Amino acid sequence: MNIHEYQAKELLKSYGVPVPVGGVAYSDAQAAQVAEEIGGSRWVVKAQIHAGGRGKAGGVKIANSIEDVQKSTDAMIGTRLVTPQTGPEGSLIQRVWIEQASQITKEFYLGFVIDRGSQRITLIASGEGGVDIEEVARATPEKIIKETVDPAIGLLDFQCRKVATAIGLKGKLMPQAVKLMKSIYRCMRNQDALQAEINPLAVVAVGEEEKLMVLDAKLTFDDNALYRQRAVKEMRDLAEEDPKEVEASGHGLNYIALDGNIGCIVNGAGLAMASMDALTLHGGRPANFLDVGGGASPEKVTNACRIVLEDRNVKAILVNIFAGINRCDWIAKGLIQACESLNIKVPLIVRLAGTNVEEGRRILAESGLSFITAENLDDAATKAVAIVQG
Amino acid sequence: MSVFVDQTSRVIFQGFTGEHATFHAQDAMKIGTQVVGGVTPGKGGTRHIGLPVFDTVADAVRETGADVSGVFVPPPFAADATMEAIDAGIKCVVVIADGVPVHDMVRLQRYRVGKDAIVIGPNTPGIITPEACKVGIMPSHIYKKGRVGIVSRSGTLNYEATEQMLALGLGQSTSVGIGGDPVNGTDFVTVLRAFEQDPDTDAIVMIGEIGGPQEVAAARWAKDHISKPLVGFVAGIAAPPGRRMGHAGAIISGESDTARAKMDAMEELGLYVARNPAHIGETVLRALQENGIR
Repeated sequence: MNIHEYQAKELLKSYGVPVPVGGVAYSDAQAAQVAEEIGGSRWVVKAQIHAGGRGKAGGVKIANSIEDVQKSTDAMIGTRLVTPQTGPEGSLIQRVWIEQASQITKEFYLGFVIDRGSQRITLIASGEGGVDIEEVARATPEKIIKETVDPAIGLLDFQCRKVATAIGLKGKLMPQAVKLMKSIYRCMRNQDALQAEINPLAVVAVGEEEKLMVLDAKLTFDDNALYRQRAVKEMRDLAEEDPKEVEASGHGLNYIALDGNIGCIVNGAGLAMASMDALTLHGGRPANFLDVGGGASPEKVTNACRIVLEDRNVKAILVNIFAGINRCDWIAKGLIQACESLNIKVPLIVRLAGTNVEEGRRILAESGLSFITAENLDDAATKAVAIVQG
Repeated sequence: MSVFVDQTSRVIFQGFTGEHATFHAQDAMKIGTQVVGGVTPGKGGTRHIGLPVFDTVADAVRETGADVSGVFVPPPFAADATMEAIDAGIKCVVVIADGVPVHDMVRLQRYRVGKDAIVIGPNTPGIITPEACKVGIMPSHIYKKGRVGIVSRSGTLNYEATEQMLALGLGQSTSVGIGGDPVNGTDFVTVLRAFEQDPDTDAIVMIGEIGGPQEVAAARWAKDHISKPLVGFVAGIAAPPGRRMGHAGAIISGESDTARAKMDAMEELGLYVARNPAHIGETVLRALQENGIR
C-alpha cells in the first residue's frame, strides 16, 4: 500500500525526522490560509498523487506570494496530472501540500528497502540526489553506497557514519545524518514499511546554520501487515487505486486490467501468468490477470465472471483451473451460476484439472450450456485465440 | 531416496485441529505419510483424527520423535510457529500460510542463522515425495513416483508441470514449492543442491516467475555445481512492468526482472528452457533423452 507525500512526511516527523514546515489544502482558499500559517515569503505547492515524476509534469510549483500559492493550487486541484508513472489518463489531483521553500545547498538520495538477496533491510545512499536512482545505479554504480542491517541488532551508529561519510555529510551534519537514518529505520520497522525512499534528502541553509531536511518521501507498506497497522491503514486513498481492482479484492479476487480481448479466470498467480503467456504465444492478447485464489466458491467464480465481463473489450473468457485446495465441481457450479445470472454472451473456454475434475466435467457437460472444454493448457490457449480471431 | 522428506519422516501439523490441517493431514496419510500428531495450543492432551494433540512443538517432538512439521496456522502467527518448530529441533518446517508479513520473515531468517533446519515457504503448496510423504496442500493424485525433481515458486504452475510430465509417463523424486514471497525460507539453490546429491533424481525442473534475481542467480550457481540436466521456465512474459502479479514477489521492477531476460540468461547458462508454459513436460523429456537417461 502506498501513501501520499504529505502523509509520509507527517509520519516521519512523528519519528523525529526533520521535514519542512507545511500543511495540506483541498482548495485555493485553504491553500492561502495554510501558507499564511506556516509563514515565510516563498512556498512550494506540491500536487498530492501517489505516482512519481510530478516535478517534470508540472505538479510542483514555487510561489513567491500568497496570491501565487492560490493560483498554483487552483490550477492543480481538480485536474489530472500525467507523469511517466500514471499512464496516459493521469491521476486526479484532489489536494496539495504547501511547505516553506528551502534554500537547498546540496541534494542526496537515501532509501531503505528489503533486499531480496540478503533478506534484510538495506540502506542505499548516494551523493547524487533528486535524480533517478536507478539511472545512477546503472551508469555509475560506484556512487551507490549500501549498508545491510542485522534485524536482531538494528541499524548501528557506525553504519550511519559510514554512509554519511561516503556521501559527503561531514562536520555538524554527520550527527544529524545518524539521527535521521536511525529514525527512518525505526519508522520502517515499527510501521511494517517495505520501502522508504527519501529523494531528495537535502542540506538546507537556515540563517547561518546548515540543516538536513527530507524534501520528498515515499513510503510503501506491507498489505499483509495492515491488520496490525491501523493508523497506516487509515491513510489508504482508494481514489488512487483502480476501482475494479478494489472491488475485486473485496471479493477475494486478485484482478489486474490489461489491454487485450481474452478474459482470464485462473487459480494461482503462477498459473494465471502462464495462461496469459500461453495466449500471447498463440498470438492472442489477454484482457486481464485474475487469480481466484484457493477455496473458490461458486459465488466467487460468478463475481470473477462479472468483473471480467465489465471490460467491454472481452470477446471470450479462458477459464483455467488446476484445483489443489480448490474443487473443480465448485468451479463448474459457479460457471453455470454465472452463465445463468449474468446472461453471458461470449464463449467460455474451460480447462479443469486436479481435485474432483471428473465431477466438474460432468456438471459442465450435463448443464446443457455451450462451454468449450479444453484438455490442457495448450489446447485451451489455442481454442481461445482461434475463437477471438474468428 | 528423495530430498528433505521421505517415508521415514515423522510429521506433525501445527494448527492441527483446524479445518485445512485436518483435511491435509488425512490426505497425506492416504499416500503413506507418517503423521504422528499435531500441535494446537490449549488442546494438549486431547486426540484428533486418532492422533495425539500437544500444546507445544517441544512436547510433540519429545513424545513422538517428530522431525518434520507442516505449519497450518494463519499468517500473523506463522513466523512464530516456525521458530517454535526450529527451537524444538524440527529439521524441516513447511509453512503453508499466504500473507506472512515481510518483516516477520526478515526476523525469522535472522533467527535461523546457525541453525540447520530447512524452512519451506511461506505461501507454498508444500513438499511431496510421491507415494511416501506429503506435507502440503497439493492434489496428491497427480504426483507419481519417478526420477525428476521439481522446484517452483508457484503452486498451481507446479501442478501444471506435474500433469504435463504425468501425460508423458514421467514422475517425481520430490516436488518442492519454495513459495511466492519476496523473503522466503528456502531459495532455489538450496533445493537444487539437494537434488544434485540425491541418487534417485535424474533431472531437475526449476519453475520461476517475474521479479527478483533468484532464478538467474540459481542458474549461474548451477552452471558449476549441477551435473544433472536442468530444465527452466519463467512465467510472466505477458506481465506488465510495475504491477504486482498476485504473488508479493512477482513484480517487474527492472529489465533483469522480466521473464524473457531470465529465460535468456538461463539458456546462456546452459539450461533446457521451456519458452512456452505448455511445453514444460516435453522439455523435461527432451533433456532426459538428450542425456541418454530415457
